[in-house]
Order: sequence, then C-alpha cells, then structure tokens
Amino acid sequence: MMNIDQRPCESQRGGFSFENSRRNAMLEENLSKLGYSAPKARKTGTTIAGIMYKDGVILGADTRATDDMVVADKNCMKIHYIAPNIYCCGAGVAADAEITTQMMASNVELHSLSTGRPPMVVTVTRQLKQLLFRYQGHIGSSLIVGGVDATGTHLYSIYPHGSTDKLPYLTMGAALHSVFSLSLSTDRSGAAAAMSVFEDRYKPNMELKEAKTLVRDAIAAGIFCDLGSGSNVDLCVITKAGVEYLRGYDQPAQKGRKQGEYKYKPGTTAVLTKTVTPLSLDLVEEAVHLMDTK
Amino acid sequence: MERHTTDSRVKGVSTGTTILAVKFRGGVLIGSDSRASIGGSYVASRVINKLIQVHDRIFCCIAGSLADAQAVTRAAKFQLSFHSVQMDSPPLVKAAASVLRELCYSNKEELQAGFITAGWDKKKGPQVYTVSLGGMLLSLPFTIGGSGSTYIYGYVDAKYKADMSREECLQFATNALALAMGRDNVSGGIIHLVVITEEGAEHIVIPGDKLPKFHDQ
Repeated sequence: MMNIDQRPCESQRGGFSFENSRRNAMLEENLSKLGYSAPKARKTGTTIAGIMYKDGVILGADTRATDDMVVADKNCMKIHYIAPNIYCCGAGVAADAEITTQMMASNVELHSLSTGRPPMVVTVTRQLKQLLFRYQGHIGSSLIVGGVDATGTHLYSIYPHGSTDKLPYLTMGAALHSVFSLSLSTDRSGAAAAMSVFEDRYKPNMELKEAKTLVRDAIAAGIFCDLGSGSNVDLCVITKAGVEYLRGYDQPAQKGRKQGEYKYKPGTTAVLTKTVTPLSLDLVEEAVHLMDTK
Repeated sequence: MERHTTDSRVKGVSTGTTILAVKFRGGVLIGSDSRASIGGSYVASRVINKLIQVHDRIFCCIAGSLADAQAVTRAAKFQLSFHSVQMDSPPLVKAAASVLRELCYSNKEELQAGFITAGWDKKKGPQVYTVSLGGMLLSLPFTIGGSGSTYIYGYVDAKYKADMSREECLQFATNALALAMGRDNVSGGIIHLVVITEEGAEHIVIPGDKLPKFHDQ
C-alpha cells in the first residue's frame, strides 16, 4: 500500500507501516467530540529499579497494575525472565512489557543455541532497543535489563522510543502518553521518588544485605508517593552463582487495623412505628435455567 | 541558521543539550554537557556522554531525541568502519559528516536529531562540520548546537579567535559550555571534552564543582 508521505517514484520501503496511527488519532479526536473516550490500555503505573552491588545486580519492582484509576491487579509480576542469568523489569503498558519480554526470552534462547554460548545482557539490550525504535515509541514499555554474563555485571535502562542508558543504578516508571502531558508527576510514577532514595544512599560495591534494603526502600518510596504503584515489593538478586527471585519480599503498605468497635447492639435505635404493605404482583412468565456446576 | 527544536516537542528522552566544536592550532576540540531529560522537567540521566566516537579520530556529538541519535550514530559507525576497510585508510571527517547527513536527510520526516562532527584526517587536518535537523551539512571553523546554544551565540562570536592554542581553546569551550549550562534548564551536569589531534583523541571530564563560575552567588 502506498504511503501518503512517499515520493511517487519510490516503491514501498520496508519497515513498519504507520498508516493506522493517523486513523487512530482521528478516531480519538472524533470520539472525544461525541463525549466518549478511547479505551485506555492497562498500564502498570509502576516503580521499577535496579542497582549493581558487589557480587551482581538487584532488580526491584512494585506489584500494582492499574486500569486508569482502578487497581486491576494487586499482585502482578513485573520482573520478567529473559535468560537464566538475565532478568528484565517492565513498566508502562502491561501487555507491551509482557509480550516484548516474552519475545525477547525466546529470541535470546534461540540466539544462544545458535552461537553455542550463554546469552549476554548487551545482546538483549541491543535487540530490545532496535525493536522499540522500529515501532517509534508506539510500544509503550520502559524496561530495566540486568544480569551477570561472561563479561561481568551489567544494568541497562531502555526507554519506549529506543534509547538506552548504562548506569550503576536506575529507576523507571510508566512512559509519558504524550510529550504535551501536563500531569508529568503522575505519568512519571514512582521513578522520581525511587531515584531520590538512590541518589541519597547509593554507594558502589555494597554488601548484599545493604543493597537489598536500599532497593526495597526505593520501591517503597515509589509505593507511598505514587498512586500508580502499590502493594508489595518484589526483588530479584542475580549473581554469577545464580538467581534468587524474592516474590513478595516486603509488604510496606499494610492495611490499617481498626482501633475501635464500630458495631451497634440491636435495639440501639428505637422503632416507633412499623407498617407492612404487601405488593399484589401477577406472575407473567416463569423460566428456570439450571447452572452447570460440574 | 538552523531550526532549534523546543525541547518539549522531542519525543521520548531528549538530550536537551549544549554542544560545540572548535578548531584550534593543530587539532579540534569537541564538547558537550551531560544531561538527558524527559518532557523538559525530569532529568533522565545526569551523566550521559553525548560525544560518540564514530572512528579513531572522528567524534560526533548528538542533540535532539536520544533514541534517534543513538540509532543514527550506530548506523553511521557501521558504515564508516566498512568504508574504511574498503578504502584501506581511515575515513575523512567529511565522509563521516556526509554519512550522517545522508541518514538525516533521507529520513527527515521521522528523525529528530542533529549532529556536530569533528575530527582530524590526513587530507585536510582538523575539521568541524555541522549536520542540522533537516540534513544540511556545513563546514565551519567553530559551531555550537542544541537548545543551550542560543544563550551563548553572543559569547562565542565575541570570544572566538582563529588559530588558538590548545589551552586557550579548552578555556574558551569550557567557559561557553558553563555559561550555557547556567542559563538553559535542559543542559547541565558535567562537561565532556575530547581533544582530537594527529596523535589521537583525549577525553577530558570537568566535574560540576570545577566548572568556571560567573557571578554566581
């Protein structure tokens, strides 16, 4: 199909076709005029973080998935398996993060079988970045990839448009819907809160216990300070020896316990009068459907 | 000269930026700040290095969308290394700039990245080229770019001298970058400088507390 922007003498170049993007934008505009809004994809809201410590890398994430302002999943898994020595935290649109990481896991397995070598973190990052760049930010997933491979410990962040960054400590949140968004703080999610904890307390070559506490505190900061993040803290510790996946490592947000008894005894409210009026209804039709409970 | 994107319109992570490159006696100096921002209000990274080495003695600095810039420089790096193997000699700085220009011009609808290429080659010695957003290629004795450059046009026009020494040039570039970083909210962090001469490339980092101060209370 011919692209409107192409010069007429050129045949269709390869690559993703963005024709429907224009149609979708027009549809959204027309829908809002009628008073409806386009269905929003479920986002993970989210606070994810990663640090490099003495023996490897620790990834952390909260466990809340939101559908606009409703919590869709109170205990979702945001730390995804890529390879035995490489894990990836995903923020942004839940479906995008999930599918992208699953695809990457199978690509990495095939690549590793083809090369005959265990997979490298930089391979995963390169493939993810090229995939996301090809889709020009329409795949709304922000990722933190961390792992230990033959060349050492690595931690990368990948933004939805395909840019990457390699740092000793990273936090990410849900992607911005549009660059013109005014409520930047809610779109950023807990990333800023978590980063403030890291900037204050991160030291290179920390011990395991200290490092786990730091990541837990950073995610907890995101859980408390961001509406899109909540529930539990998941941690994933990756070292040369192996992986320790700590699902539900901590539950910082405990539901408050009621301090008093709020029940009233029957008879607390006096009954003054009681009137019973039977409604005379005619039975018109009766149908019985048995529920199959086998 | 070139159109400067206002930062809020760059998709994804933006390099914000102040970048410059200056020719001096015997070499060329290329420098940048170290801030990457999202939406003009959150610093995604405060230590990013925007000076990308595309060949032994050719560096380019990036401005605009970080994703686009990373993709384009990767493609350019590959093309240049292949080209240098084919020609059996290091590529010309003009060749590097042309590769970037070709990529920027053919994909001008989709890309939002501008570059400054600087380096040294045997044919013409030290050179500075600028490739703007739409794919215009210009050769200049010195050039500045990025959102922060608007604040230092006056300074560089007044203070630039042809044929400076290495030390004078370092001071000139450091001052210019510090002034821009002081006024532009999406430029900041530390200063990265690379000095390229016939001998090779030397990377200098000036941390935030060692930046020159101008009437800062």
